[in-house]
Amino acid sequence: MFWDTIAKFKKKGILGMNARNVAYIARYNERHLFPLVDDKLKTKEAARKHHIKVPDLYGVIRYTAEMNDLGDLLNPLTGFAVKPLRGSGGKGIIIITGRDGEFFLKPSGKAMSLQDIRHDISNILSGVYSLGGRPDTAIIESLIRGRPDMLKYSFEGLSDIRVIVFRGFPVMAMMRCPTHQSDGKANLHQGAVGVGLDICTGRAIRAVQRNVLVDRHPDTGVDFSDLAIPDWDEILMLAAKCYDMTGLGYIGCDFVLDETRGPMILELNARPGLAVQIANGIGLKTRLEAIEALEHFDLHAEERVALIRDKFAATPDAA
Amino acid sequence: MSPKGQVYLFATLFMLIGLGLTAYKSAILNFPLLPDTERTVWDIEAKLTFEATGEPLTLSLALPEKQSQYKVLDEIFASAGYGFAIEDNKQRRAIWTRREAEGSQTLYYRLKITDRSDDAPPPPATDLPETVIQPIWTPAEKTAASGLIRAATELSADPASFTQQLLKMLSGQSISQDGQLLMEASRGDSVAQIAIKLLNAAEIPARMVRGIYLENRLYNQRAEEIIEIYDGKQWIFFDPKTATQGIPNNFFMWQRGGQSLLDTIGGYNSRVSFSVLGNDISAKAVALKEAQSEAVALVDFNIYSLPLDKQNIFKMLLLVPIGALVVVIFRVLIGLKTSGTFMPVLIALAFIQTTLVAGVIILVSLVAVGLWIRSYLSKLDLLMVARLGAVLITVVILMAGFSVLSYKLGLDQVLTITFFPMIIIAWTIERMSIIWEEDGPREVLTQGGGSLIVSIIAYLLMTNNYIEHLTYNFPEILLIELGIIMMLGQYTGYRLTELKRFRFLIEK
Repeated sequence: MFWDTIAKFKKKGILGMNARNVAYIARYNERHLFPLVDDKLKTKEAARKHHIKVPDLYGVIRYTAEMNDLGDLLNPLTGFAVKPLRGSGGKGIIIITGRDGEFFLKPSGKAMSLQDIRHDISNILSGVYSLGGRPDTAIIESLIRGRPDMLKYSFEGLSDIRVIVFRGFPVMAMMRCPTHQSDGKANLHQGAVGVGLDICTGRAIRAVQRNVLVDRHPDTGVDFSDLAIPDWDEILMLAAKCYDMTGLGYIGCDFVLDETRGPMILELNARPGLAVQIANGIGLKTRLEAIEALEHFDLHAEERVALIRDKFAATPDAA
Repeated sequence: MSPKGQVYLFATLFMLIGLGLTAYKSAILNFPLLPDTERTVWDIEAKLTFEATGEPLTLSLALPEKQSQYKVLDEIFASAGYGFAIEDNKQRRAIWTRREAEGSQTLYYRLKITDRSDDAPPPPATDLPETVIQPIWTPAEKTAASGLIRAATELSADPASFTQQLLKMLSGQSISQDGQLLMEASRGDSVAQIAIKLLNAAEIPARMVRGIYLENRLYNQRAEEIIEIYDGKQWIFFDPKTATQGIPNNFFMWQRGGQSLLDTIGGYNSRVSFSVLGNDISAKAVALKEAQSEAVALVDFNIYSLPLDKQNIFKMLLLVPIGALVVVIFRVLIGLKTSGTFMPVLIALAFIQTTLVAGVIILVSLVAVGLWIRSYLSKLDLLMVARLGAVLITVVILMAGFSVLSYKLGLDQVLTITFFPMIIIAWTIERMSIIWEEDGPREVLTQGGGSLIVSIIAYLLMTNNYIEHLTYNFPEILLIELGIIMMLGQYTGYRLTELKRFRFLIEK
């Protein structure tokens, strides 16, 4: 039973946490490159240089004293996002999508006063969300307004698209759709729906919520089967370029589709999780090994994307 | 070499060194692998009494030689007012000297010995016998002796069986008139002395072996005599009392052949008597003493050379890697979530002081109440460091409150609450409360429960009598632990919890 399961896992090419850490992250992600993805300001700066679209930066708050001007900064805005600079897993992010007089409205419709926001920012500054509790910085970004045709796939939040990029090759992708259960967050372990995407076409393979296959979004009732991500070619190109930008061999690139600006990099992750396998129903290891078996790695982003299309299009396991 | 290869190389190397040193200490230095093994240490005291005449005094006592089944741990010579030296040419002898003394005198020689753990019989002596000198008999003795020798020769085939028959007749085990006659004729001589004379008369080299039986609480015992004969190939022991071949059990050889046990010049009525005291001492203490007397470097530069109170601290420290190993196994092989990487080890250390059940109850209530108070603090918009400080103080107040309350209720056990590391508890409460706010109480229970399970298992292992004994007495086990942890650091297989997590992927 036990060994049987392991044998089946191996046959399926499932990547485990230990193998991810030792064989991929430790081997392909050089430690000194981590700050580039862990620090969102550095990510933004690098992205700008590589002509990769990212949300606009409204403000940076490093010290508590800088919050005195917070009202002046936030009052003219109708929508924005406050994020911890070195946060991970979407922790500590405040999204404001509208206003009600003095109050700021969260996607759920809950109102926050300026004081509430100040409190949350002071939490960010004191390092509650950063790795190891180091003092952190809060950044205020432009709000991403989701494409109207994609909004039906999410509830109280914005879906994002996670693409796993290995040595510059996009290998697997999924869309993460917030639900009522996930409290508007795109976190699969909190109950968001993961939709596996065909890496060549951006079409849905299947949708999974908490290890159960689903056909429709539990809150909006929309069928996932006819989901096809628009601008998929652009997403693949951007993902491939993220490798050139960071030099990290194994990363997760999180995209959002903005109504007017198209696909944008929301954040990069040097330790991407393994849930993408569950959403796709495909083992990551098989694909990573297929890439490792290649002979040339000195390819341009276009060539890498073309190679992926060629290599993974015919894979029958995508069914 | 690839990093993977280096890891395996070093891990294997560390494990081999660790295992090798452990085996060396266990097999060669006799450090016990199991706790509470005891070995007997014999405390032998030789008391020399004599009357001094006022002349210059010289006393020479034969000292026991190195023997294979006993090991000398310590030697003490108590000789106030006497000059003392050890002579070590053919045989070891202690020499006491004094210009003048009068009246009855007493000198002591003390010896601590222990059985060697291997029960192999002593190897026969390798020295060749000196030429046999025919004894001088009185006519009466001579008749009886030749009768005895004739009878014994008839009943025997070789020197060994001859000796056996002879001793039987002398000790009265087989009826022999000549034997009784000879015993009476040479009154004053011991059976062993007569036997040696007879053997010499029969051209068989023989000599006296003096020693004592190691039996607990023997006082003022005289040296016992056994004899050794040379059968042409090797020396063979015989116990004259029982006429049996071989060295008797518990017989500690003091002097073999050679001269007398004690020589006295300038004194009379000299006498050596022995007292024996057996002590059961932990085998470790014996091994330590042995190692110290031989100055084994491994033990010399060791934790044992530290003061006793520092040793106790190390006893604790040496258990920490066991906790670390448990944490690594649980995280890497099983995949259990814990809050804080090595927090469970610290909690386990606290459990050692509080005992398990009391510790778990105290910890859970402390964290629960802490979380409840923290949930109020989170509404007060405090800066994190200040809030953490407030949680810390809350923890101290709770600890004090718990202690006082339970003391009044007569629950002394709760007083051990102070062993919990406050800072760690405060930080745990802080992390847990954030997890609660962000991921819900379910995640708090998962991580809290995971930490508790790992702590309890670490505690159970760290308090295991056997493991405690091994880690303390064989610090080289640290190397084995290091090797295992390094190997686990290269483990790329699935975690146990992943079998459940990804199970969905292989189901159709």
